[in-house]
Amino acid sequence: MRGKVVKLGDHVNTDFVISGKYKFKTQDIKELSKHIFEDLDPTLSQKITVGTIIVAGKNFGYGSSREHAPRVIKEVGVSAIVAKSFARIFFRNAINIGLPVIVASESFIDSTDEGDKVSLDLEKGIIRNETKNMEENFKPYPSFISVVMREGGIVSYFRKYGAFPWDTR
Amino acid sequence: MSGTIAEKILAKASRKKYVEPGDFIVADVDVVFAHDGTATLAFDVMKELNEEKVFDSKKVVLFIDHAAPSPSPAISAIHNRMRDFSKLHNVKLYDVGNGICHQLLPSEGYVKPGSLVIGADSHTVTHGAFNAFATGVGSTDAAIAMMTGKIWLKVPESIKLELNGNLSEGVTSKDLVLFLIGNFKADGFNYVAIEYSGSTIEKLSVDSRMTIANMGVEMGAKASLMPLNENTRVWLSKRVQGPITPVEPDKDATYYKTYSFDVKSIEPMVAAPPNVDNVKPVTELEGLEIDQVFIGSCTNGRLEDIELALRILKGRKVKSRCIVIPASKEVYYEALKKGYIEELLRSNCVVGPPTCGPCIGAHMGLLGPNEVGISTTNRNFPGRMGDRDAKIFLASPLTAAASAVEGKITDPRNYLKEVS
Repeated sequence: MRGKVVKLGDHVNTDFVISGKYKFKTQDIKELSKHIFEDLDPTLSQKITVGTIIVAGKNFGYGSSREHAPRVIKEVGVSAIVAKSFARIFFRNAINIGLPVIVASESFIDSTDEGDKVSLDLEKGIIRNETKNMEENFKPYPSFISVVMREGGIVSYFRKYGAFPWDTR
Repeated sequence: MSGTIAEKILAKASRKKYVEPGDFIVADVDVVFAHDGTATLAFDVMKELNEEKVFDSKKVVLFIDHAAPSPSPAISAIHNRMRDFSKLHNVKLYDVGNGICHQLLPSEGYVKPGSLVIGADSHTVTHGAFNAFATGVGSTDAAIAMMTGKIWLKVPESIKLELNGNLSEGVTSKDLVLFLIGNFKADGFNYVAIEYSGSTIEKLSVDSRMTIANMGVEMGAKASLMPLNENTRVWLSKRVQGPITPVEPDKDATYYKTYSFDVKSIEPMVAAPPNVDNVKPVTELEGLEIDQVFIGSCTNGRLEDIELALRILKGRKVKSRCIVIPASKEVYYEALKKGYIEELLRSNCVVGPPTCGPCIGAHMGLLGPNEVGISTTNRNFPGRMGDRDAKIFLASPLTAAASAVEGKITDPRNYLKEVS
């Protein structure tokens, strides 16, 4: 997995991902994704292309439990989010829908700039900033999350195996 | 092997003798619910799983509360999908006008000490006030729980928050929890289960305990658990079926950390924009002009909150718009019987039907560009309650009421002194 970085700050909350103006107007992910990050920075959506890796500060995704937040981020083509920390519901939701969420060190994130090329190896737990020529390890997911992620989320896993990961353990 | 309240509930739910922090478990849920902001996405997920059926129609509950009654045809369509699902699967649906999920779930008897409560809403942690492990999830988790009755969970570390002493005059449970959020910050308890203890929590009313548990998620907590107290036991005994068996922590349970506070010195607090952890004493913000006051939500829309507001509003007129929304029909009805609704109307407040309404920016009083609102709700992110350039201050019903009377942020103690 390799992509160009869009850099965000600390505490990017779920209302920033989808503004209050839209979140109760429709449940359609494609429609909602047109307004992604609008209240944070109206120009942000133009910078995101297929493969973009979001690199953010601490507590990414805090706030609502609404899964629409990670879903619209996946919908616009973001391939992974790397942050100093995540809010727990967002983290769970991202795993369930197969959107990689990685915790990296403060120094790695602070030294990474917008537009840098970053690559990720989820299985080995390696993140590399190719532009800055720096690399670090992160703790790979526990095995049962790892298989969910490999299959692109828990729904895809279930459709392939006809069972949830815990059913087969 | 000893356990905290969270560990003991999760061990039982996963049919184990004990669990430890970091364990991945698959647990049986006692109740799973969703509302009009999250339910239809869960239905979509169930369809994708080719399993559009529920594991137990008595343990799945739906609420139309976020935008109720519907403010648009698109939302009406969402509501109708929920009604259809409810009929098809014989699942209880609390339709328009009944109230907010976090108020109804316990008041309708779905929550007991020791329950594992899963809700497709972040404020599900509210039910920790009833000695239950309650946590918010997204629609995929909710769909799987509705379909199988199971959820995967990582057992969280527990931290102990000991609160002792009595709150001062003019200071409420909302001020206490805002104080904690200001102290520990928005990510201070990320992934952990907060376990409250101490004389303050022991003495508090059910309404106040719910306010504190509710905002645990504003510190990142996975659950905010309280030991059962007498007030809560009495309250539940009228509502739940079967015996009430409290879950106590073991004496030698392990806490990741323990914090102690004497609550006596806490002042009325306000969370200033743009984040919930930007908490200041009201004295630092006094005099700031406001356009609108909102008293309501799953945080502060209960009878006690209306009573608190009326301590100041009664016999006075508001200077700014003041919207009051009871959290449920039961609260509304009680307020009506006690004459509170009439008092609110005499003060020129607007009283709305039970709904989340303006708290989540759905309808019934959204802030315009550059407007300033003070609200008893739980989040003040830009755009949360209307325009992104509106400013939202979070406070107690007392502070909200005093501010409504003055048309600017006001220390409620100025008003309470006169009567005491």
